[in-house]
Amino acid sequence: MKTHSLRIAGGLFASLGRIFALVRRYLYLLRNSWPRLLELAYWPVIQVVLWGLIDQFFTGHSDWLAQAAGMLIAAVLLWDVLFRAQLGVSIVFFEEMYSRNLGHLFVSPLRPHELVASLLFISLLRTLLGVGAAALLAIALYQFSIFDLGLPLLAFFSNLLVMGWAIGIFVVALVLRYGLGAEGLAWAIVFAFAPLSGIYYPISSLPAWGQAVAAWLPSSYVFEGMRGVMLREGFAYELFADAVRLNVLYLLVGALLFLLAFRAARSRDLLLHVGE
Amino acid sequence: MLRLGENPWIRDTLQKTNVEVAIRVEDLCKVFGKIKAVDHLSFSVPGGTTCALLGANGAGKTTTLSMLLGLLLPTSGSIRILGVDMVRDRFDALPRMNFTSPYVDLPQRLSVFQNLDIYARLYGIRGPKQRILQLAEELQLTGFLKRPYGSLSAGQRTRVSLAKSLLNEPEVLLMDEPTASLDPASAETIRAYLREYQKHSGATVLLASHNMQEVERLCENVFIMKQGRIVDQGSPGLLLEKYGRETLEQVFIDISRDENPLP
Repeated sequence: MKTHSLRIAGGLFASLGRIFALVRRYLYLLRNSWPRLLELAYWPVIQVVLWGLIDQFFTGHSDWLAQAAGMLIAAVLLWDVLFRAQLGVSIVFFEEMYSRNLGHLFVSPLRPHELVASLLFISLLRTLLGVGAAALLAIALYQFSIFDLGLPLLAFFSNLLVMGWAIGIFVVALVLRYGLGAEGLAWAIVFAFAPLSGIYYPISSLPAWGQAVAAWLPSSYVFEGMRGVMLREGFAYELFADAVRLNVLYLLVGALLFLLAFRAARSRDLLLHVGE
Repeated sequence: MLRLGENPWIRDTLQKTNVEVAIRVEDLCKVFGKIKAVDHLSFSVPGGTTCALLGANGAGKTTTLSMLLGLLLPTSGSIRILGVDMVRDRFDALPRMNFTSPYVDLPQRLSVFQNLDIYARLYGIRGPKQRILQLAEELQLTGFLKRPYGSLSAGQRTRVSLAKSLLNEPEVLLMDEPTASLDPASAETIRAYLREYQKHSGATVLLASHNMQEVERLCENVFIMKQGRIVDQGSPGLLLEKYGRETLEQVFIDISRDENPLP
């Protein structure tokens, strides 16, 4: 065997070499994963759009909040239903991926729709626990009870829950197909809907293009409905019906994408090799 | 290429014992882009026997096992396990099968008992606690049942994984490198248990391995794979005789290096 002498750097240069070796590793990771690249610009863009719209609306309607106490708290709590419901589906699924357990699960008699059903159930529990605790805290700290909304609260809650489920299933489908590189979407994707859902301002205050997009979001009907109830305009059944119709569509699309992603994962040998 | 039925051991076993074929693979292919991972593979495993897919890394063993389990869709070909078409109706066979691999883990934070309990329920086992305690005793896991799976050593994890794979008393057990990363003593314990289980239950065992000693000790028939194909097959004794070698390892090296190519 030939022998040769290697020149090995020492001291500061060696240390810098190691640091930049790892930097290079992270750059490779970014370069090879479009969801990670997307995430870099995602949050600043969403924040600017959301707070810009809030700023615009309240500049012209500074007395609006005085008409119904707790409007912002109710909006935040209901928004969290959507966020927690989505996370409840996607994060729980990620736990199986982190533990490299998918192989065992999918060779058991567990069928894909049974897995999804269990994810939806645990999402409901997590949402009730998480948002329930926050709702009780709102009563204690601000003397605002979201339960005063009465039965309409059930309609708002169930619509946001189902929308969260549909988005969660979509995220799971993406991760099955593209690996854990798409994991960041679980935390971020719901916020893409925030500016156009009219959480803190009426849909009518959005620009025309925003209103056109909002018409396709179940959440926009829920928050319009919430404001109607809080401003004592009554429960708008037509808004509820529109949200239900859209949610059925969202769920069907989510389920279809999940099945397609599952089939792609089975075709590409991803179930045993899900990684970054 | 060797075809189904050309293996004298399989033919004799099926005739003498009048057993059914438990696993039948015909003309199976799996292509990833330009790579043929499995290339027109055909073999059958008689019920109640222990057979091995033997081959170097990248020979297509794990890919074949994944397709047998339904985790991976074949590009073409057919797989029947216990008479069930695994591409179309795998859920009819999965409750009667199981699988173990050192490359598939269980949740780390759950205790050994919790992990086994979940899988016992997934397989619809009645009296799951009783079954878990029985397996724990047989596999010397009783002392670890309350410990988190993540805190176990490699040998202990392998035994837990084996316990998981035996929860439903499978008629067909597929194993990917069942004793990988184990010390010789632990590996021999596992092998002894497997032999006993197979003898007692009459299960069909197919293992993928590149551990020659393991294959020699456990298996009645060996399918040697190379580049996604079966390049030879037979009982360990027959292969040794055919290649004029003393160990399967030497046969394996001959085939890997193409030093003793067979027609």
